[in-house]
Amino acid sequence: MTSSVLLIVLAGLTVAGFYLGRSRALASVGGKIRDLHSLPGYYGYAVALWCGLPSFIVYVLWSIIGAKTGHGTPGYLGFAVILAVAVAGLAYSHRQIRPDMKARDNVERVVRIFLIICSAIAILTTIGIILSLIFESIRFFEKVSPIEFLFGLEWSPQTALRADQVGATGRFGAVPLFAGTLMISLIAMLVAGPVGLLSAIYMSEYAGPKLRATAKPILEVLAGIPTVVYGFFAALTMAPLFRGWGDQVGFEISSESAIAAGLVMGIMIIPFVSSLSDDVISAVPQSLREGSFGLGATQSETIRRVILPAALPGIVGSLLLATSRAIGETMIVVMAAGLAANMTANPFEAVTTVTVQIVTLLVGDQEFDSSKTLAAFALGLVLFCVTLCLNIIALSVVNKYREQYE
Amino acid sequence: MSETLASTSDTTVLNGTSGMHTRTEKIAAGLKRRHAVEKRFRAYGLMGIGFAVACVVLLFSTIIGNALPGFQETRVTFEIEFSKELIDPEGSNDPKVIGDANFRKIVRDSFYALFPNVSGRRDKRELAKVISSGSSFIVRDMVLADPSLIGTTQSISLPLSADLDQFFKGGISAEVAESERRVSDKQIGWLRHLIADNRVESVFNTTLFTAGDSREPELAGIAGAIMGSFYTMIVTLALSFPIGVASAVYLEEFAPKNRWTQLIEVNINNLAAVPSIVFGLLGLAVFLNFFELPRSAPLVGGMVLALMTLPTVIIAGRAALKAVPPSIREAAFGMGASRWQTIVHHVLPLAMPGILTGTIIGMAQALGETAPLLMIGMVAFVVDIPGGFTESATVMPVQIFLWSDAPERAFVERTAAATLVLLGFLVTMNALAVVLRKKFERKW
Repeated sequence: MTSSVLLIVLAGLTVAGFYLGRSRALASVGGKIRDLHSLPGYYGYAVALWCGLPSFIVYVLWSIIGAKTGHGTPGYLGFAVILAVAVAGLAYSHRQIRPDMKARDNVERVVRIFLIICSAIAILTTIGIILSLIFESIRFFEKVSPIEFLFGLEWSPQTALRADQVGATGRFGAVPLFAGTLMISLIAMLVAGPVGLLSAIYMSEYAGPKLRATAKPILEVLAGIPTVVYGFFAALTMAPLFRGWGDQVGFEISSESAIAAGLVMGIMIIPFVSSLSDDVISAVPQSLREGSFGLGATQSETIRRVILPAALPGIVGSLLLATSRAIGETMIVVMAAGLAANMTANPFEAVTTVTVQIVTLLVGDQEFDSSKTLAAFALGLVLFCVTLCLNIIALSVVNKYREQYE
Repeated sequence: MSETLASTSDTTVLNGTSGMHTRTEKIAAGLKRRHAVEKRFRAYGLMGIGFAVACVVLLFSTIIGNALPGFQETRVTFEIEFSKELIDPEGSNDPKVIGDANFRKIVRDSFYALFPNVSGRRDKRELAKVISSGSSFIVRDMVLADPSLIGTTQSISLPLSADLDQFFKGGISAEVAESERRVSDKQIGWLRHLIADNRVESVFNTTLFTAGDSREPELAGIAGAIMGSFYTMIVTLALSFPIGVASAVYLEEFAPKNRWTQLIEVNINNLAAVPSIVFGLLGLAVFLNFFELPRSAPLVGGMVLALMTLPTVIIAGRAALKAVPPSIREAAFGMGASRWQTIVHHVLPLAMPGILTGTIIGMAQALGETAPLLMIGMVAFVVDIPGGFTESATVMPVQIFLWSDAPERAFVERTAAATLVLLGFLVTMNALAVVLRKKFERKW
């Protein structure tokens, strides 16, 4: 007997419980439904829950314990116990049925608990992320000191196979990665900031409904394109383009230059900046505009001297959110940025980023105890903390701004 | 309108002061400058939009331009003699015997027969490279599927090797020095001979949609990746939709406004902004290392993506529930319905279009997601088309990532073609969401 057979039997018992419960409820009042506390179906659901839920929980627990202790799926004993639980639940609840039993309240209480559990999954996910990152990072920091990790200037995680080889320990100074991430994000923001902001201003202040109706969806297309497509685009078109320009003016531009990756990332981020800023600018009260026009300002003067200062907190918030996107973006940099950790301020050279290193450290590596793989989790922890801080600051700034005008 | 306002207000304010003429003149002179600034500012705004639109156009034209040749493949047709002695000398009809036969020799001998002048081992080896190295497998599968072919001579069309396919499509130029290109002068001569014989034709690339991954570009397809994406998306949908709707219902309809629900809300908003790669780390640490689920499996990929899409579904679900007016609930309560009955019978059906729209958009995001799947080993080189939730698989975006790394030129056009297919799926899903919203949108 396999697990699937057991599950089918359990499902059958549960369905049978529903019909048994319903018919018993009907029989208890001689078919006069109005004498029942709840609709007859609820008695059925109550019996079905009593039959199916405890036995299923026992089955899951038994399976997990079996898997952890190496016994595999429940054996005959386990099956007997689980079936006994199911039948006992069915029999007990079936006997409980009386016309004044509050079946609806009972069933809905169970349903509410299910809903609470579902909504707690969001919290469990966050806890899972934090715990897994912290535990693996602690294991990493047992091997490499946090000071060296956060402030070291040399990154070469390739550990040698034998202990007596040169460079057997690898170097885990992550500053070059932070510098590379910052540079690429900065380039991206230099592209996305002005372009996004200008299009948002034009769209909310100047554009007629027709232009708005066509331009807005086109901008949103940029947000819907998968990042791997941007990465492909960067590697296929942008990088050779820049290298070609470099060759023409006799200036060496690496084919994995930071500028190509940053530019494409900037294109990706434009819609985040523009749609958030658009909301923020539209939220500035009309009275401010009218006041400014009344004083004789032109439209651009109104925008620059009145609307932008009023919307500034919201705009800063949207730029921060976009920056956190740029820092956490992975595929574009994996496909278009470099692997070698360079400390350089030259955007035409190849740099590497935190996310690129996480991917290269973990892809294709099966062993899970080397400092190499654990380093990826430490990097992930830094990434998570930085983006979380940026998001929290940005969201609180935006919210405060919204309250100001509501 | 603002211009007239500006000039009149300026003059009225300044009327009473001394030196009025010089001031109005000054202002009049300034107006020109200010209007020029205004024009320039407008132009900047238009340039911003123009830049973004140009990016969209450039991106799509690059992808489409590169993808179009990828949808074509070049095939050469010639007679193959399925000799009984070579395939199944004893007439056993046993698939094992047939499968073990030397189809490489059968295909090559038939192909060599087209060029009786070619002799010498080196030349013959070069000649054999004109057709795909996978030809023998194609022919073998053909015979296995239909053993009655044995003993007959059939006209079969087989793919050219990727390099000659590129040459035929114009991707490799004959002008370039022979040492600098991947096809030799002799091969070009043979291909021209075949073309003159009317044996070469360009057909729609069905291999791309029927085959799994392969090291040979002409044999590689995205069928495996599409199936992998399909299984992954089923898991994602099966988890994120019920859990997301349940959370949205709880938070919007049941939850008291207290610390706990506030905590959940803040959490959901933050989860929506966590970098996707962090979800991959979570999947690696929890699902693979702690629960010891299989690597590279759509099951795990779907679970990770479900956690990622959950915030999207919950936020969309709450917005849709909020849009259902309270009068509906009050009417149901007035009829004696319980809270749960009200929600299941009235509120949820009315909110369903909005919830579905949000779910489809979330699924489209999940379908295009790559980074977290790299962490849980869905980058494996998978030749077979996956047939279940726990088999090794890859998904479409990861396939694009893998192919974009390949050095062969022929893979570039296939990468672009796969990208176009992926974008096609995404456009379809988003269009579906828009249609749903337009069709069922209700203004209360």
